[in-house]
Amino acid sequence: MIETLAAILVTVVTAATPLVFAATGELVTEKAGVLNLGVEGMMLVGAVSGFAAAIATGNPAIAILVAMIAGAVMAFLFGVLTLSLMANQVATGLALTMFGVGLSALIGQDYVGTPIKALAKLDIPVLSDLPLIGPVVFGQDFLVYLSLVMVAGVAWFLKSTRAGLILRATGESHDAAHALGYSVIGIRYLAVMFGGAMSGLAGAYLSLAYTPMWAENMSAGRGWIALALVVFATWKPGRVLVGAYLFGGVTILQLHAQGAGFAVPSQALSMLPYLATIVVLVVISRDSTRIRLNAPACIGKVFHPET
Amino acid sequence: MLLKLEPRGETSRAMVYLTPLLAIFLTLIMGAVLFALLGHDPLEAMHAFFIVPVSSAYGLGELGVKATPLVLCAIGLAIGFRANVWNIGAEGQLTLGAIFGGGLALWFYDSDSVLLLPAMALAGALGGLAWAAIPAFLKLRFNANEILTSLMLTYVATLLLSLLVHGPYRDPDGFNFPESRLFEDSALLPVMIEGTRLHLGAAVAVFVVLAAWLILSRSFIGFQIKVIGLTPAAAGYAGFRHSNLVWLTLLTGGALAGLAGLFEVAGPIGQITPVISPGYGFTAIIVAFVGRLHPIGILGAGLLIALSYLGGETVQIQMGLPQAVTGVFQGLLLFFLLACDVLIRYRIRWTLGTPKETRRTAA
Repeated sequence: MIETLAAILVTVVTAATPLVFAATGELVTEKAGVLNLGVEGMMLVGAVSGFAAAIATGNPAIAILVAMIAGAVMAFLFGVLTLSLMANQVATGLALTMFGVGLSALIGQDYVGTPIKALAKLDIPVLSDLPLIGPVVFGQDFLVYLSLVMVAGVAWFLKSTRAGLILRATGESHDAAHALGYSVIGIRYLAVMFGGAMSGLAGAYLSLAYTPMWAENMSAGRGWIALALVVFATWKPGRVLVGAYLFGGVTILQLHAQGAGFAVPSQALSMLPYLATIVVLVVISRDSTRIRLNAPACIGKVFHPET
Repeated sequence: MLLKLEPRGETSRAMVYLTPLLAIFLTLIMGAVLFALLGHDPLEAMHAFFIVPVSSAYGLGELGVKATPLVLCAIGLAIGFRANVWNIGAEGQLTLGAIFGGGLALWFYDSDSVLLLPAMALAGALGGLAWAAIPAFLKLRFNANEILTSLMLTYVATLLLSLLVHGPYRDPDGFNFPESRLFEDSALLPVMIEGTRLHLGAAVAVFVVLAAWLILSRSFIGFQIKVIGLTPAAAGYAGFRHSNLVWLTLLTGGALAGLAGLFEVAGPIGQITPVISPGYGFTAIIVAFVGRLHPIGILGAGLLIALSYLGGETVQIQMGLPQAVTGVFQGLLLFFLLACDVLIRYRIRWTLGTPKETRRTAA
């Protein structure tokens, strides 16, 4: 019984981790006043480049680094269009996702069906063998711990550092930040690329740890769920974590329900994470004052220093 | 020397029409580079991609077959985009159209009534409309972002289709294959040109283009959509009801996407299968933008993007290139278009010296 429970909790954590990465990255991007809807595309490109690098080098650290760079490069592309060329952020984000879906399928065509060794799980003598707590707390792969560190780090950065304050100021009022002499565009480039790197990392987690393989469109809407999570969290990093684990729970529960052979068709159960996203969005968004108070005021707005 | 963007006094009309052409040109160059990188002769590949598919009557017919769902969906999306309503769930609405309209064909399987096809079209449009009504309601009642809700509903719609095709819609004599029965002639769209697959739906799409053009440019509703998209505040002062326009644009978009889905199952596919669209609903977003959110432009853009689907198939067969090339091409085209659009509102200036003097003054 305890073993089953432990197995479920372990998978909840692994299902939540890619969402934690992607949503935390997007949160920083949005805090700087930029809405990047290309998370899904950046995740896919990260997933496939990480996978390719893992096959080429056999070194998971390099694979993860490559995935992050790939995500950041995609995000840089988005930055060139929306920040330097002042293109519409919604349209550009959609374009980034569509481009990412195509590009990742193109790169990944030779890797479909190639097996790979999953990222190693932590194994501390005694501690990892504890019942329940062992596998859940001390037996995950290192990316899981990294995701928690990232959340804490981003929360600290935004709340307690001067750079974080400047980043938030850029998102709240780019004109004021500009008047104070800060480079709005430069700050936003960094924030967008951080978001991209995190999305790439989320992708790498999918293709290296969660399901160690590459399949076309393997993110299956997780990038979009991450976007919804940022709203759910009302732009607060800690709540991203809560939301992601909630969604991980829903995903895993429906998988286990399918396995247990409930009389409900598997497709109906697979709908649950998407329906849950809608329900959560509705519950959070109905209080429009709260959204207005928490959302960065300049989100999605074009900045041109002379207009 | 530095590149500097200088705002134009007013938007450039010429650039509005020139930038799509510039974007297409840049995409072609990038495409040639891409083919070269993949180890193929760029000229031969470009020939296979853009010329071979349309050098036969059948090929031209296929162009119309592929363009039909794209144009129908894109018209609906463009009406919304003009009013700043971001419905990106056309793919799901299209799927619901196939489920509703196609379901009707299965329900009245033995019927040979001439009314069956019109009833299917109506059911398809209603299916898409109902699916689009959900994000509209959630946006207006609960302030939920329609981008995310309409997209999530797309995943739900795809799963719903899979559920039905594996269950109630499955062909009873089909050895458990997840496919419906083949539609009878009374449930199939008539082919307009002998020797091709060009069906009646293409004519409907052209009609929709003309109707949308008339409505958007000549009617009060078209004017309201334009005003609310350009300056929401002005629309508020003029007393235009924002909620009415959200309903109108989303429902229209849903109905047109639903119609497109029904045309797919009652046209080229001829039955209900687990996958009825290679992402037409998403690609329609590109079509809408490349067509400048203008119905006539969308018609042209729809044909161009349809060609990219056919070209992708041809290079796959002739040169063994993956079909994903199509997606890359489509993504690139939208990228370049959005990048070139800067020229509409800004002109590029080369400046000497640094632009730094405007900064650091208040620091």
